Amino acid sequence: MATTTITKTEKLVGKRIRRREDPRLITGTATYVDDIKMPGMLYAAILRSPHAAAKIRSIDISKAKALKGVHAVFVGEDTKNAGAVPCGASLPGLRVPHHNVLAIDRVYLVGHPVAVVVATDRYIARDGVELIEVDYEVENAVADPEKALAPGAHAVHPQWPDNVAFTFHQEGGDVTKAFAEADVIVKQRIVSQRLIPNSMETRGVVADWHAADRTMNLYTSTQAPHLVRSLVAQILGLEENRFRVVAPEVGGGFGAKIQTYAEEILLAWISMKLQKPVKWIESRRENFLCTIHGRGHVDFYEIAAKRDGTITGIKLKIIQDLGAYFTVLTPAIPTLSVLMMPGLYRTPSISADIVGAFTNCTPTDAYRGAGRPEATHGIERMVDMVAAELKMDPAEIRLKNFVRNEEFPFPTATGLVYDSGDYSAPLKKAMEMAGYDKLRKEQVEARKQGRYMGIGLCAYGEICAFGPSPATPAGGWESATVKIEPSGQVTVLTGISPHGQGEETTFAQIVGDELGVGIDDVLVVHGDTSMVPYGIGTFGSRSTAVGGTALYFALQDLKATIKKFGEMLLESDDVTFAGGQCTCNKSGKSIGVKGIAAAAYRAMKLPPNTGPGLVATHFWEPPNFTFPFGAHLVVTEVNGETGDVSIKRYIAIDDCGNILNPLIVDGQVHGGVAQGIGQALWEQAVYDDNGQLVTGEFMDYTMPRAHMMPWIESGHTITPTPVNPLGVKGVGEAGTIGASPAVVNSVVDALSPLGVRHLDMPLTPEKLWKLISAGRNA
Amino acid sequence: MPLPTSALDFGIFNDRRYPLPEVSAMTETINVNINGTTYSHDVEPRLLLIHYLREVVGLTGPHIGCETSLCGACTVELSGKAVKSCAVFAIQCDGAKILTIEGMAANGKLHKIQEAFWNEHGLQCGFCTPGMIMTTKQILDRNPNPSDQEIRHGLEGNLCRCTGYQHIVNAVKAAAKAAGA
Repeated sequence: MATTTITKTEKLVGKRIRRREDPRLITGTATYVDDIKMPGMLYAAILRSPHAAAKIRSIDISKAKALKGVHAVFVGEDTKNAGAVPCGASLPGLRVPHHNVLAIDRVYLVGHPVAVVVATDRYIARDGVELIEVDYEVENAVADPEKALAPGAHAVHPQWPDNVAFTFHQEGGDVTKAFAEADVIVKQRIVSQRLIPNSMETRGVVADWHAADRTMNLYTSTQAPHLVRSLVAQILGLEENRFRVVAPEVGGGFGAKIQTYAEEILLAWISMKLQKPVKWIESRRENFLCTIHGRGHVDFYEIAAKRDGTITGIKLKIIQDLGAYFTVLTPAIPTLSVLMMPGLYRTPSISADIVGAFTNCTPTDAYRGAGRPEATHGIERMVDMVAAELKMDPAEIRLKNFVRNEEFPFPTATGLVYDSGDYSAPLKKAMEMAGYDKLRKEQVEARKQGRYMGIGLCAYGEICAFGPSPATPAGGWESATVKIEPSGQVTVLTGISPHGQGEETTFAQIVGDELGVGIDDVLVVHGDTSMVPYGIGTFGSRSTAVGGTALYFALQDLKATIKKFGEMLLESDDVTFAGGQCTCNKSGKSIGVKGIAAAAYRAMKLPPNTGPGLVATHFWEPPNFTFPFGAHLVVTEVNGETGDVSIKRYIAIDDCGNILNPLIVDGQVHGGVAQGIGQALWEQAVYDDNGQLVTGEFMDYTMPRAHMMPWIESGHTITPTPVNPLGVKGVGEAGTIGASPAVVNSVVDALSPLGVRHLDMPLTPEKLWKLISAGRNA
Repeated sequence: MPLPTSALDFGIFNDRRYPLPEVSAMTETINVNINGTTYSHDVEPRLLLIHYLREVVGLTGPHIGCETSLCGACTVELSGKAVKSCAVFAIQCDGAKILTIEGMAANGKLHKIQEAFWNEHGLQCGFCTPGMIMTTKQILDRNPNPSDQEIRHGLEGNLCRCTGYQHIVNAVKAAAKAAGA
């Protein structure tokens, strides 16, 4: 579908406008971290532990140091005073392991950084790594969270022999009563397997220290440059105002680049030590091992329901595989699952327990959806199982339990307040698009022919637009500055840090409409802490809902100033500002933004109580989260001979509130769905019993490729949120959250004639073929 | 205790299962035509084409996503064929003609494939995009009017984590249509 051409008088918001960030990306002229080159720059390569658990007896770096071109080699002892890698989450009784930049005495996971070689080029740096000799005393490891919690398991951290990092309990309503009075109780263990985020650009850092004026320039592939600045400056004892972090072009993040990583601290430290700019680019193998993983849940669900299908209570126990260490949000992620455990259903009572387990594996943290995909997968699987138990249609049980339109704002048993919704609308729309009743008839026919056809539904809800500051670790507000330059062009400085989401375009659309200027006259600047006011960053589907709202309010302030100048210049107190013009309502005389900008900077005369210039800044604190929702419907057929799942139709109806740019929103949904289908069918981080990551490269970790993806039929219902004036809810994670339960429900439905009621992901051909073969032989 | 099983661990671990690299000062001179300009450089035999293009010639459009020929971000056209430049040594390219993403636009005008990716929102973070565009060129060179299935098959060697491929498929179709028009 072609993009829209804009005529000057049309509104920009709501149009399919092609992105303004694209020209540099399609011509290969964008600047990612690895494209930065500085005079005298050195390259760092990191030696990593091949063992999941071992004591370091000795490290011999002499040969590496002697290699021509090697400038320095550092080990853990050298960086001991560099401070620890930070964890931003706090929970009562949380055990936080000291996370050194380089391993000291022990290694806790495969990939644990042990030493770093700094050389004149990346080949020599890697040669140097090969020349380091480490003597390890290898110990047993534990790589499975359930095994880690069993008595007698290897202690990941010797000081905590039970491997328990924390326990967490939350209750709402009267869950005991709900289960005592239930007509039916359905129980199931559900796994949301470990996943590897795999942004196409790996991480990378260039650190550039200037001793004379004590300034640090740190270029890093991050989603949250200000957070990196605050944390690394504090860890190294540097002045925050002299510490500049730049997120240049960032090649995807998906949550894995919210964290502040050991390498960011290490590279800054090396640059100070050697007084040279230093670059480190993560290899893909390192990315698999050393950038955070996602999910890693073992969930134990119990649902209480009445005979008519009314859900009255949910009990959930989560075992969270935390890995060996924490990154910024690690322990907080499963608490988001608890918040969203009721899904879109009225469910008056809940009880939840989390046990956070240490394993000798890569830390888990926020991966697209972060806690909500696990919660949605759980509740949506359970609702299907309750429906099967009661012989109800899966659509009927959902429609029966949805929060009703008149109940908003709806307080949940988990303590949230759902903002707005029409939860049945997307489900009904998806069913209508699919021809649901006809599909069920086709299914009857297919089954007569011995074919495994399935229809899967998912009605998902998510918590987005993070968020009210009291509920977030580092503040949840966002900032925006709008400047009209003397020429009349507009510059936006935003605290968010987009890396593919397209806010250089959507924010320009907002500005264009509010100020009546052309989209080509607007420049959106982000990702450089020396240029933009403090901001929180891009994650949790927050950029437009929080950052866009900050921009909206800054624009309102600016418009008030523009109007004052208009009144002065038109010599009238009855002036309207619209369509880029201040117009005197009496004389009809008008003056445009350009003329006003020139007058504001020339400042020959100023309006009362108004200074020169046209600049406004707004920091916006959101009063609540937003709660996007939607329904996905998936038709599958499982090949009985090969176990291969073929997705015949994929329908995604998402309600993300108002839509600023449908082209971009569709792209977000498609990409999200691909990651959800990836989890449902193919992706899994597999560790063996020794803590070796078996799926540690693209050859073994099955990322969706073009020929594996179905055509996605996407559509929308629109329920604006009352939380922000733009009415936008956020769409970055929706597709991922909706996809995995819809696909799995569809495959379980397909195989239900074989007595299948639940399957854990990924639904690989091998798994399904074994099951079908066993079912046929039974 | 089993050790990592990957041949890709070179330079990360050093478990001594692989011979130490021979660091040689030996270089060879290569002459390569890249995007219409002829370059002459002395290169180490072990220098990968992707590093040659990015570090020596200064063309940073092709990206490094895996260094193992599995992701396609480094795809360039080498003597008329789309290749993954992380799987080719620079010295193998002596006398060759190479086209990179930087050479696609001509006289300040975008190539039709670039226009199509832009119009159809065929990219988000943009990291895989140079490779996707070069692969698309080969798909359309070989088959000016490919079906959806042929397009998806043609894109198999290029990973994208952002788009779910749908808008990329649309872009390839739009480019085919524009070329036919």
